[in-house]
Amino acid sequence: MTTAVDLVRDAPFTIGGRTFQSRLMVGTGKYPDHETMTRAIEASGAEVVTVAVRRVDLDRSKQASVLHYLDPKRLFLLANTAGCYTAADAIRYARLAREAGFNDFVKLEVIGDEETLLPDVRGLLEAATVLVKEGFKVLAYTNEDLVTALRLEDAGCAAVMPLASPIGSGLGLLNPFSVRTIKRRLRVPVVVDAGVGTASDACVTMEQGVDGILMNTAIAAAQDPVAMAHAMRLAVDAGRAAFLAGRMPRRDVAMPSSPLEGMLD
Amino acid sequence: MTDTIEVVVNGERRAIAPGVTLLELLDELALDPRAVVVEHNRRIVRRPSLAAVRVAPGDAIELVHFVGGG
Repeated sequence: MTTAVDLVRDAPFTIGGRTFQSRLMVGTGKYPDHETMTRAIEASGAEVVTVAVRRVDLDRSKQASVLHYLDPKRLFLLANTAGCYTAADAIRYARLAREAGFNDFVKLEVIGDEETLLPDVRGLLEAATVLVKEGFKVLAYTNEDLVTALRLEDAGCAAVMPLASPIGSGLGLLNPFSVRTIKRRLRVPVVVDAGVGTASDACVTMEQGVDGILMNTAIAAAQDPVAMAHAMRLAVDAGRAAFLAGRMPRRDVAMPSSPLEGMLD
Repeated sequence: MTDTIEVVVNGERRAIAPGVTLLELLDELALDPRAVVVEHNRRIVRRPSLAAVRVAPGDAIELVHFVGGG
């Protein structure tokens, strides 16, 4: 739907050899129902959707696989290792996810703290190193620390995913400077993951020049998830276009927009 | 006829017939082998091998699939 010249001329968004049209990736958790989820994904324009690996419910009373509601031909399924607190667990979940047979991408999470869900960077690096060796395309969820991001790139990650703020917090981009620095220093794509709360957060995040955003709760927990998904799509496009356009410099003092010449005596 | 063995499936103890293969176990649980990934004693068993692996007493089996997540 976007026809802005800058977006048309934008470089392709490629991760691990796959090119995507949309810079917005969305999660599939926490929706009030599956129909709302599918409509929200549609409205977001996202091609990449994240899924989690969990036990099948053996009494089969409730959840069917989320795949009943997602068309793997149209959507790129990005499995995560959410809920894993050790490198060994994350590696185990990633291997199980790959065995489902869709692709060899994994959104790697190794959580280090229950309250903040902040990443355990040591476990993350350990798991990333193993999974890259096994041929995975690793998208590593990390904090906004440059040195960790550089180490993840060195380990062979296909993308680095610094957080905007803690998972599910909706606090927005707390540290634009660090995210900008990571983007400036890394060669692999930088996709901000987690913490976006509303459209302006997504826009500001994209204005930092990052390659994309992944979000879940901001859409799923909105009062109208489908409408918010639409807003996020516009915000990501707007933020990307603004970044490509190049913003004016900031000034501490005002400068008139109208000419000073030609004023009456 | 009371011959059964005990295994742990997704963290729960279950009594099953001796000599059952993983494929037969899935069938008994009414699960489509294409829709689940099977881990047997911490080792992933690929679909083509499900019919070849027999379940032994005390085995731990995990049956997983994709659910909504972020």
